[in-house]
Amino acid sequence: MSTRSVVPFGPQHPVLPEPIHLDLVLEDERVVEAIPSIGFIHRGLEKLVEKKDFIEYVYVAERICGICSFMHGMGYCEAIEHTMGIEIPDRAKYLRTIWSEMSRIHSHMLWLGLLADAFGFESLFMESWRMREKILDMFEYSTGGRVIFSVNKIGGQRKDMPDDMIADFVHILEGMEKELKAMSNTFLNDYAVKSRLEGVGYLTKQQAHDLGAVGPFMRASGINLDTRKTGYAAYANLEFEPIISTVGDSYARTDIRIREIYQSIDLIRQAAAKIPSGDVAVPFKGNPTGEYLMRVEQPRGEAIYYVKGNGTKNLDRMRVRTPTFANIPGLVETLKGCQLADVPILILTIDPCISCTER
Amino acid sequence: MTDNQITPISADELLTNCQKLKNEDYHIVQICAVRTPDGYELTYSFALGYEMVNLRLTITVDEEVMSISSIFSPAFLYENEILELFGVKIQMINLDYKGNLYRIAAKTPFKD
Repeated sequence: MSTRSVVPFGPQHPVLPEPIHLDLVLEDERVVEAIPSIGFIHRGLEKLVEKKDFIEYVYVAERICGICSFMHGMGYCEAIEHTMGIEIPDRAKYLRTIWSEMSRIHSHMLWLGLLADAFGFESLFMESWRMREKILDMFEYSTGGRVIFSVNKIGGQRKDMPDDMIADFVHILEGMEKELKAMSNTFLNDYAVKSRLEGVGYLTKQQAHDLGAVGPFMRASGINLDTRKTGYAAYANLEFEPIISTVGDSYARTDIRIREIYQSIDLIRQAAAKIPSGDVAVPFKGNPTGEYLMRVEQPRGEAIYYVKGNGTKNLDRMRVRTPTFANIPGLVETLKGCQLADVPILILTIDPCISCTER
Repeated sequence: MTDNQITPISADELLTNCQKLKNEDYHIVQICAVRTPDGYELTYSFALGYEMVNLRLTITVDEEVMSISSIFSPAFLYENEILELFGVKIQMINLDYKGNLYRIAAKTPFKD
């Protein structure tokens, strides 16, 4: 008869960049149950909306998370713009799309590096992060900031990108595309990497649906959904289809994210070809009234921004349902039945962002 | 395609509506609490594909609400968060952290 024991996992663990705790119930080395706990870095950012006016709050929204900083700012701005009936210029919509897709590449590259680091493939980790540096350089070149760059504002963008800069970026990204092909060959075909990912942590399509999984974690289980298809920013004018896999294991999640990097490069290429000239922001007057739920596809999945205005400078409520929060029930499900040694890899395969989750 | 229509319901109708949505294959997307002068507004969001359905429950401070985690199991996270940070009295959560989901030093709920 196997012995049951409870092993605390985290909040500090070599594989976790941020703290999350799981109580793992084990039968010998097999996980039979996992109970998550969060709250080690809760900052009360939603509550801060009562103290900061709705324009200042853009800066707070951008600080929910470093990796998704741009998209948090954009999601919040779009929610406020909907409540106030502000139509931003087309050029601003394209700029939002370009910076969003650059953020997605940066996030997926970061994740690939962390995954490689987790299974001890140091050179692959460094190669992923070396390529990611090019995106950060492009952020710095276009905005002045590398991680949090505050270019979103209600009514449009604070900064424009000259057309020749966008063309240069497309050229750099096309170079990265070639490098990525070589690197993805290792991620997808190396024997040691495959042995850690293939057949590990299955989540079926039905489970992904029932447990409300989002993003690449969900699409790897065969659900054909991508919130960008709702057409916010300039996505309605671009050609793309959600990238899915029907396998549902850790390997499929890696494959999806790698293919999404290629897709992001293609979307930037399309946006660069179609971006119109003109203003990047419109002036507005007044304060938000009413409420709005804005859905945005972040690198980790769908985020939902809820804002409720009361006609004053301070909102009644701002809430973000972040992708990692939505993916926790799915993670717990994938952990059931796995080996203890696979737990770190499985946690990583949802691409957890605890700063987002706890806000 | 984003649906921002919110349907007001009473506490008695919550579980029935949730079961109906479950039968139609919706899944839970979020539960959001808002403090109002008299109590709370709870917005339950469900999705099927790109379509989203929102139910709005308005309750007084002392009113108890039944958990929907028996119908939509992932609701336990949202309900524990609302219970802890807002003080909404939610009954029968399938995994009840008793106000300790967030391990924060500040006293909760943040009612004011």
